[in-house]
Amino acid sequence: MDPGPVWLTLRLAGVTTAILLIVGTPLAWWLAHTRSRAGPVFEALTALPLVLPPTVLGFYLLILLNPAAPIGGFWRAVTGDSLTFSFSGLVVASVLYSLPFVVQPLQTAFASQGRGVLEAAATLGAGPLDRFISVASPLAARGYLTAAVLGFAHTVGEFGVVLMVGGNIPGRTQVISIAIYEQVETLNYADAHRFSALLLAFSFLALLLVYSLNRRALPRVI
Amino acid sequence: MAQLDIDVQLQRQDFSLAVRARIDMHGITALFGPSGGGKTTLLRLIAGLEPDARGRVTFDGHCWQDDEVIVPAHRRGAGLVFQDTRLFPHLTVAGNLRFAAKRAPAARPGADFPTTVEALDLGPLLDRRVQGLSGGERQRVAIGRTLLARPQLVLMDEPLAALDVTRRADLLPYIESLPTTFDMPFLYVTHALDEVARLAVRTVVMADGRILMQDDTPAVLERLDLTPLTGLPESGVLLDGRVLSHAPELQLTEVDIAGQRLSIPALDRAPGSAIRLRVRARDVALALLKPKHISIRNVLRARVLEIDIDRDTAFAEVLLDLNGAHLRARITRASADELGLRPGNELFALVKSVAMDGEPLRRDV
Repeated sequence: MDPGPVWLTLRLAGVTTAILLIVGTPLAWWLAHTRSRAGPVFEALTALPLVLPPTVLGFYLLILLNPAAPIGGFWRAVTGDSLTFSFSGLVVASVLYSLPFVVQPLQTAFASQGRGVLEAAATLGAGPLDRFISVASPLAARGYLTAAVLGFAHTVGEFGVVLMVGGNIPGRTQVISIAIYEQVETLNYADAHRFSALLLAFSFLALLLVYSLNRRALPRVI
Repeated sequence: MAQLDIDVQLQRQDFSLAVRARIDMHGITALFGPSGGGKTTLLRLIAGLEPDARGRVTFDGHCWQDDEVIVPAHRRGAGLVFQDTRLFPHLTVAGNLRFAAKRAPAARPGADFPTTVEALDLGPLLDRRVQGLSGGERQRVAIGRTLLARPQLVLMDEPLAALDVTRRADLLPYIESLPTTFDMPFLYVTHALDEVARLAVRTVVMADGRILMQDDTPAVLERLDLTPLTGLPESGVLLDGRVLSHAPELQLTEVDIAGQRLSIPALDRAPGSAIRLRVRARDVALALLKPKHISIRNVLRARVLEIDIDRDTAFAEVLLDLNGAHLRARITRASADELGLRPGNELFALVKSVAMDGEPLRRDV
C-alpha cells in the first residue's frame, strides 16, 4: 500500500480544517448574531455545498481557478503555480466544499449562548475581542471540537470536487478516495480494500466522537 | 454628589420610552413602577446595552451618550446586576469574581476582593461551580462580581424578583448594607413597595415608559395611593392632625386639621395624639356657599390655590389651602366652569371620606 495518498489526504484535511476554523469563526459569529436581512442569504450560500452535486461545484471552480481566469491568473502571477491540478487548488476547493460542516456547528454554538453572558461581560468592562476570547470561545469549545472533527472528516471523504479540480496526479492531487477509484478501475482490489477499510474506520470513529460529544449535557447558560 | 442626567427616547414596535430626568445619586435610589413600564429598559439603556436609544446620558460629568458619541457598555463603568444573574457557566464562583476584578480600572477606588467576599458571605462558595448554586447564592455572586468591576454606578434589576419569600428575606440585609460598605451609588429597579421603603433614600417612579416623579422616598410613599400596590399613583393629600375628642355613642372621633374640625369614624387614639389622614382628591367636592340639608358632615373652609385642568379627560383638579394645610379636589371641568373657579376664591370643601394613615411616616436615612 502506497502511503502517498494517506499522507496527502491528511495534509489536505489538516490545512483545510485550520483555514476553515479561522475563516469560519467570524462568518459563524456574524451569522449567529446578525439581524441583517442578508443573514439568510449568506446562510444559504454557506449551506450550498450540502446539496450541490460536487461536480457542479468542481466545474465552477475549474472555470474560476484555471490560469486563464482572473483568480487563477493572479495566483499564477504571484506564486508561479497553478490553482488547478495542484495541492493549493485542492485546498481552495476543500475549504468551500467543507465550509458548512465547520460553520454550522460554530454558528449553533454561538447562537445558543445568547447575548446574555456577553452583555454581562460587557458591563464588567470586557471589550468585544476580550468577550470573544474569554467568554464566547470557551463556551463554544464543544462546537469548535465538533466543527474541527466534521470539517476534517468531510475533507478526507470528498471525491467529486477533488477529481474535477485536482485530477489524479500521484503525490500532488491523488488523495485516498481518488486512489481507491483508480485501484478499482485497475482491478487492484487488495489496495482498494485496505484504503476503503481505513476510511470506513476513520469516518466511523470521527462520527462516534462527534455524537459522544453532543450527547453529554451542554453547559447551560445561567 | 454624583448626578445622573438622562434625556433619552427609545421606540419599539409595541412600546415607547421617553425619559428626561436629573437624579441625584447617593446610597440606593429606587426605580419603582409597575411591570412592563420600561424600568429594565431604562437600566439597560444607562448601561449601554440599548444601541437603538437616542438622546443623552451623563453621569457625574462623564458623557455616556449624546448625539455624536455612544460610549460602549464596557467603557462606561456602569455595572449591571441582571435579574437572571448571567454568571459565566464555564467559570467557578471565584472565576466569575476574578473575571470582574481583573478588568477593574486600577486607578478607580472601589471594592477589593476580600471586602466583597466578606460583605456578601461568598467565602464558602468560592470553589463551587455556578450551576450548583441556589437562586439567592447566585444573586450574591452576581452582585459581588459587579462590585468587583469597580463601577461608578451600580444598576440592579429586581435582584429579589426571582426568589421565594424566604430567600428574599435572606438576601435583603446584604443589599441593605451595600451603601455603607461600598461607596458607590446604586440604582435599584423594583416593583415591590416594601423594598422601596426599606432600601431607598430616593425614589423615582416610572410607568408607561415615562418618569412620573422623583423625590425622597418618604415623600413618594406619602403621595402614592398604596392600595393597588403596583398601579399608578392616585392623587390625594396627607393631612396631619390631632385627635380632639370622641363621641362614642355616634362612633365618631373629632379631629383638628389646621384649626378646623373634621369628624371621622371612631378611632382608638387618645385625645391630643397626632395622626395622619389621607384624603383622596376624588372624595372631595366643592361648594361656593355653605351647604345645608346635606349628609356630608365634613365641610371645611378653603381657598383655591391652583386649578389643574386635564384637557384629555372630563376632570380638573383643584388644589386648596386650609390655613397652610393642603387639600385636593377632583371635580369635572364642567363644574369648574360653572362655579367660575379662580385662584383666590374662598369656598367650602366637602370631604366624603377619610382614610387613616397611621402615624406620620418617618424614616431614618
